[in-house]
Amino acid sequence: MRYLPHTEEEISSMLKVVGVKTLDDLFPTIPEDCKMEGDLKLPEPMTEWELNDHMDSLAGKMGSSSEYKVFVGAGSYNHFIPESINYLLGRSEFSTAYTPYQPEISQGTLQGIFEYQTLVARLLGMDIANASMYDGASALAEALLMAIRITRKKKVAVSKAIHPSYRKVVETYFHPTKYEIVEIPYLDNGRIDLSSITNVGDFAAIAVQSPNFFGVIEDLKAVKALTESEKKTMLVTCFSEPLAYGLYKNPGSLGADIVCGEGQSFGIPQSYGGPGLGMFACNNKFMRNAPGRLIGQTTDLEGKRAYVLTLATREQHIRREKATSNICSNQGLCAMTSAMYMASVGGTGIKKLAKVNFDKTEYFKSELKKKGIKIKFDTPTFNEFVAEFSEGFDKTHNKLKEENIIAGLKLEDYYPELKNNYLFCITETASKEDIDKLVQEVTK
Amino acid sequence: MNDNIVAKGIVQDESLLWEKGKKGKEGFSVPKNDVGSFEVDSDLLGEGPDFPDLSEVEVVRHYTRLSQWNFGLDTGMYPLGSCTMKYNPKTNERQASLPGFAGSHPLLAEELSQGALELIYNLEQHLCEVTGMDAISLQPAAGAHGELAGMLIFHAYHQKKGAQRNKILIPDTAHGTNPASAALCGYKSIPVPSNEDGILDPKTVAELMDEDTAGIMITNPNTLGLFEDNILEINKIVHDKGGLVYADGANMNAVMGIVQMGKIGVDVMHLNLHKTFSTPHGGGGPGSGPVCVTKELEKFLPVPRVEKQGDKFILVDNRPDSIGKLHAFYGNFSILIRAYSYILTMGKDLKKVSQYAVLSANYIKEKLRGDFHIPYDRPCMHECIVNDKLQEENHVSTLDIAKRLMDYGFHPPTIYFPLVVSGAMMIEPTETESKEDIDKLIEVLKIIAKESKENPDMLKESPKFCRMRRLDETTAARKPCLTG
Repeated sequence: MRYLPHTEEEISSMLKVVGVKTLDDLFPTIPEDCKMEGDLKLPEPMTEWELNDHMDSLAGKMGSSSEYKVFVGAGSYNHFIPESINYLLGRSEFSTAYTPYQPEISQGTLQGIFEYQTLVARLLGMDIANASMYDGASALAEALLMAIRITRKKKVAVSKAIHPSYRKVVETYFHPTKYEIVEIPYLDNGRIDLSSITNVGDFAAIAVQSPNFFGVIEDLKAVKALTESEKKTMLVTCFSEPLAYGLYKNPGSLGADIVCGEGQSFGIPQSYGGPGLGMFACNNKFMRNAPGRLIGQTTDLEGKRAYVLTLATREQHIRREKATSNICSNQGLCAMTSAMYMASVGGTGIKKLAKVNFDKTEYFKSELKKKGIKIKFDTPTFNEFVAEFSEGFDKTHNKLKEENIIAGLKLEDYYPELKNNYLFCITETASKEDIDKLVQEVTK
Repeated sequence: MNDNIVAKGIVQDESLLWEKGKKGKEGFSVPKNDVGSFEVDSDLLGEGPDFPDLSEVEVVRHYTRLSQWNFGLDTGMYPLGSCTMKYNPKTNERQASLPGFAGSHPLLAEELSQGALELIYNLEQHLCEVTGMDAISLQPAAGAHGELAGMLIFHAYHQKKGAQRNKILIPDTAHGTNPASAALCGYKSIPVPSNEDGILDPKTVAELMDEDTAGIMITNPNTLGLFEDNILEINKIVHDKGGLVYADGANMNAVMGIVQMGKIGVDVMHLNLHKTFSTPHGGGGPGSGPVCVTKELEKFLPVPRVEKQGDKFILVDNRPDSIGKLHAFYGNFSILIRAYSYILTMGKDLKKVSQYAVLSANYIKEKLRGDFHIPYDRPCMHECIVNDKLQEENHVSTLDIAKRLMDYGFHPPTIYFPLVVSGAMMIEPTETESKEDIDKLIEVLKIIAKESKENPDMLKESPKFCRMRRLDETTAARKPCLTG
């Protein structure tokens, strides 16, 4: 077996040193009635070439973007990934390293993640960012628990226009606690209905997503004005499409206290939804309440600039049950990937790229409008929006699926009140030709 | 010479991203706008983030240089205890990057996701066989996430029974994450001391276990690298009081094909696919921490579940007793692809994996006898623990020994953990290290033991030959600088 380097001779000589006769004798402390009988019932080991065939056949049963035109985002976005990033990720010094506990020989990971923290903080307009969380959903759950820790209040207000899966994950995290989640409805323009929040002071935080699940840009200024009207109610904002901040104002500049969300858009393949990247940022004054790993700058004995894991006293292995979170492994390599992506697009490029996404989406909207399709929410959006079709669009949607076109996400499955409404996503990967064809097909 | 242009041999210095670059450089091929320009609401329009502009070649060199400052598993032996730093097979990377998988959207109809669903289903079946558990969810994104899932299942179980409990037993030899995971479910951790042999005494468990206690979280083999001999008795004590048994499976690499946890009374456990099942650790993730349960607890697993209906695979959401969702989609799918590829490559040879891992650890322990103190001298599992007791008289500590190892080209073992051993060095060689490399590690540790007598001051100065000398970690924590 090519991953097991011992020869028979070596095994015998090692057994001799240990003082036992056979490999089975290596387990004298395991009681006999704990030991399993017989062999594991697993398939015969495959050769590398048999494995390739098997995996090719499984991968071939997927409706993936190369063959399909998928006009769906909803938290997972199809963006171009520069080949340079794929090559850099092949550097196994990054991918095969553990968490950088020994900084003298881990400066690659440490500087790379320090740069990631900096770029994320700049992107979101916040003071600091952590080294990552699992995904946008768990990042939101941790952000709300953090707001509760800081404010010592027991209720959070969560906009119904936040990604439905994120809200479900928050519910899971909150279920065993005594904390309460209050769902805030959305208005006819797709934005959060702030008027339905009475007694704002009761809440540890108001959580909104912008762009929200419908692609709609929230009026964060108005939400901030509301949280500010009471002492110690925090504004938590989340996102699933960080590219939006290449075009629109970032949440930090609009007063967010904690910002979190999903960073998959930045160079990470969709991979059936995972791994993604939980981005997490907050302001300096909340630093010691933040969950997750943090990397800080320092110097070595010779005064050379260096980076190290820091503020570990917040963490599970030191503070145990009083830790700010139980997270240890996060999404390190995905964080590194997104930093490579942000470095590649650059400040000038991200603005151009975001504008191309916006323009293509607006073009699609305008073409649909020309054909009499209703754009459900008349509010600025980023690369997603909701279109309302007439009764029976289901059939068209299904027919197009057979032609390898996925014409939006059926919203009724998530919001029963949004019958015949579909959530569309257009990124830079869609050409005018693709969009024109889509318009033609959905309005036939 | 200016600091910025210093190089040592071929390992280059490299500044921070934003210290390089100039406005107007391009590192990305932005697609053309073929649809015309549309107006943006001026109230909402931002300035865009302050990212540096770099060319593609500058980005590539930046990260290539950074990578050269890192010690990875492909660089050399990485005997980090409890982390199972085994070889990460390269074919697994190929499988994970297949366009059909890498380019797949998570919310498409089931008929367009059959390959992924079949893979998830098969992997769950194989992991059930390895653990002896009845049902598994692959949704948790890391070990601690799996622990949280497990604790949520404990909570849901007791709630369903109509009597919630408020405590949980956690041995002093369990993983450090356990108390934090339990605390998220409102359970107060009750520490259980291990006995002089480094394992749990059933009597101690019996004294602490009561009807307010939800159960016990055991790491088995424990963090001393020892198998909990009394596990059957302990499980019975906990069950008799209506509690559940959780097994932290971080150390599963010791017992594949040897012990099936589901068959010895474990109710819930998690696995670390990035440890036992060879997926790369990525410098801190992404990992994967499947949660495994008995038939009785299956109804509590996270949704959606993947089920087989005829020859089709479907996603099932309608499970009223489920703890809910833990991830926006289905977990770290591309990590699952790698673990599945590994299992298909190994098949029943997974038993050999555990045998060789245990052989190597015991071999190291025997070879180090005399040069290093062995605090719990009994047959170990896949990792062995020594400490700095013999080096104390020369004022050489575990930290010094670890730092000196780097000068000799080895990643140090896990140090100062578990806490029950003062100055612990936890050495986990894994089955993929050759005898030649293991012998080199032993030789180097013996040299360091000698150096600690002859030249202790030099050890305090180490590492000397790494890119960095020791770091000022105190200032880093006192005056945090987290962004540049």
